[in-house]
Amino acid sequence: MLKGHQSWEFRNRPVILGTATAVGPEEGRGPLGDEFDIVHGDTLLEQKSWEQAEKMLLEEAAKLAIEKAGLTKERIHFYIGGDLMNQIISNSFAARTLGIPYIGVFGACSTSMESLALAAQLVDAGFAKYAVAATCSHNSSAEKQFRYPTEYGSQKPPTAQYTVTGAGAAVVSRDGDGPVVTRATIGRIVDMGIKDPFNMGAAMAPAAVDTIEAHLRDFAIQPEFYDLIVTGDLAKVGHAIAVDLFAKHNVPIERTKFDDCGLMVYDLNKQPVQAGGSGCACSAVVAYSHLMRKLRAGELKRILVVATGALLSPLSYQQGETIPCIAHAVAIESGVNAS
Amino acid sequence: MIFLWAFLIGGAICVLGQILIDVARLTPAHTMSTLVVIGAVADGLGLYDPLIKFAGAGVTVPITSFGNALVHGALAELERHGFIGIITGIFEVTSAGISAAIIFSFLAAVIFRPRG
Repeated sequence: MLKGHQSWEFRNRPVILGTATAVGPEEGRGPLGDEFDIVHGDTLLEQKSWEQAEKMLLEEAAKLAIEKAGLTKERIHFYIGGDLMNQIISNSFAARTLGIPYIGVFGACSTSMESLALAAQLVDAGFAKYAVAATCSHNSSAEKQFRYPTEYGSQKPPTAQYTVTGAGAAVVSRDGDGPVVTRATIGRIVDMGIKDPFNMGAAMAPAAVDTIEAHLRDFAIQPEFYDLIVTGDLAKVGHAIAVDLFAKHNVPIERTKFDDCGLMVYDLNKQPVQAGGSGCACSAVVAYSHLMRKLRAGELKRILVVATGALLSPLSYQQGETIPCIAHAVAIESGVNAS
Repeated sequence: MIFLWAFLIGGAICVLGQILIDVARLTPAHTMSTLVVIGAVADGLGLYDPLIKFAGAGVTVPITSFGNALVHGALAELERHGFIGIITGIFEVTSAGISAAIIFSFLAAVIFRPRG
């Protein structure tokens, strides 16, 4: 049901029955390498193009998540997903393979939590018994579409981020055991006038702060209500800006652990990822592996995942438009000790 | 002595390119075009040939030399054939580089099956 101005409270506590992640080699070498379900040794996955490889990652993650939930794809009512490719082809083509009724969404890198919030809402309201939320991104396909093909060998400034090659999927169910989705806040577009696609973190940070503040306001809670508030892909530059903005707005974010998936997925000192990770898969692979494991184990009781998205297109960037940004927040609670 | 000047002047041109990317925030393609235009203008003003005598490969290897070659060819043809020479002469000096780019791209495409 609606809570406050832009949030939903899921009274029926939809359960995340199963999650799965598939990643490329760079992610496998990162600090969370052991926690991903499938780690590929190369980024092409024996496909003919980067786009096909990206679709493969998504299919693997979706199929495995359904399997881990103890279901078959015929029993899933809806598949909700999106990605960074033009016309979200990775998801549409994967949905063609899966044969599950499909709702395509576009939220750039915020898609992970946008799709999870929508899946939870469908299940909570009784419009579906089982729904899958999934997203993916691929470093080479994203570089090609949004910046320069990797083969071109263009220089990158240190504020640039490294698109995560991977896919993450979650099966949301009305009943069963597992972490539960309890709340969601849908963000509004925040555009601070940044035009540089090599500085996405700085562009997205104000959107993340806006959504987190809206979430706290709508539910009348303080940051310490959560064990962890984690943003999607602000990385080093954006994370620092977000911390500053919270201080300026007098939000005591220091009372909880405030982290970023883009900083967790890679070792910034050892891996060539500039300011950190980004892409749809960034928040998805961290949330659906590492964070889910901690929730299932009861190490984390209550977390808020705030996926951040930069809603630019290659065309809008070439025409000199600024980058509109968004963030969607989803609260997930440990199934352990739940009432 | 020319080795030192080649090193210093060639390096200075590269530093200028790096500044265009890092400080002026130009894209790599814009940076390259800007350097070509600078070379063309320098030759138009009669500055590039003295520079080549002074710094050798320091100014013939960087991309500014391509702008110089474009203008050089155009000016030479202008003298020989009048105004139409400006159009026909642009590729006179540079034709080797441009033809090589087209031919080797074609050969690479035949072997490696490029995709969009």
